[in-house]
Amino acid sequence: MSEQKELQVREKQEVASPAEQIRSGPVFTPAVDIFENEKEIVLLADIPGVKAEDVNIDLRENILTVTGDIAPFEGAGEQDLLTEYEVGKYYRQFTLSEVIDQSKIEAKSEKGVLRLTLPKAEKALPRRITVKSN
Amino acid sequence: MMTNIFALPGWGRSNPLAETERLRRELDRLAGGLFRRVAQAGIFPAVNLTEDRDNYYIRAELPGLDAADLDIQAAGNTLSLSGERKISAEENVKYHRREREAGRFSRIIHLPGAADTEKIEASLVNGILSISIPKSEAAKPRQIRVN
Repeated sequence: MSEQKELQVREKQEVASPAEQIRSGPVFTPAVDIFENEKEIVLLADIPGVKAEDVNIDLRENILTVTGDIAPFEGAGEQDLLTEYEVGKYYRQFTLSEVIDQSKIEAKSEKGVLRLTLPKAEKALPRRITVKSN
Repeated sequence: MMTNIFALPGWGRSNPLAETERLRRELDRLAGGLFRRVAQAGIFPAVNLTEDRDNYYIRAELPGLDAADLDIQAAGNTLSLSGERKISAEENVKYHRREREAGRFSRIIHLPGAADTEKIEASLVNGILSISIPKSEAAKPRQIRVN
């Protein structure tokens, strides 16, 4: 089972060419799970350190953009002794193939994990067409 | 008799490597964003260790973990950090991406100086574990007054 697996370190993936950056600093691609059922598409993204209010979700046409801003949390007088990971913003873009009901998108950020629920628009739902017989 | 002036006490730092380390840090600072130095130990979770006058700070990114999933133990100047990341399985869904990983982890971190294990504090906020470890009196820098 996956529960017994030993976790391995994965280096944070830096975004190769993010959209034009206004503020400097590294930008990382968050690890995500994306799954769908008949009604909705759910996206889970690991964005440790990002406060709920700093998550930005944008859906335009069928491009979904997720960004997470991060505030530095080191104290001013701190000196680095060992740096194994870098802290930076998160950015990732997805192209959605389904039509999403924009008004019903729900986003929740807890414990550094963003959960985004994108309900499929009515017309994208599979509809059973009953054939009437005379 | 010849005295070796280079052996005068106080000329060298207590740790001969400290000066090299300081120089390296300084060079890194000057290089700015050109080279970023990330030293991976290859053990989950990756941690950052910093210090100020009174404390050592250990931080690790552990998104989705609850405090109950973590076990932190301190002895002397080592700290052991273990736990498990659980990701609940979704049913009746079709996965498009599955990048987030679950599993157990365990790691031991050596602190560079003596710590006061009684007063260690840890918090888990927005998926970031922060442990602050007060330095023991011996490890703190002490100001010496000149009379």
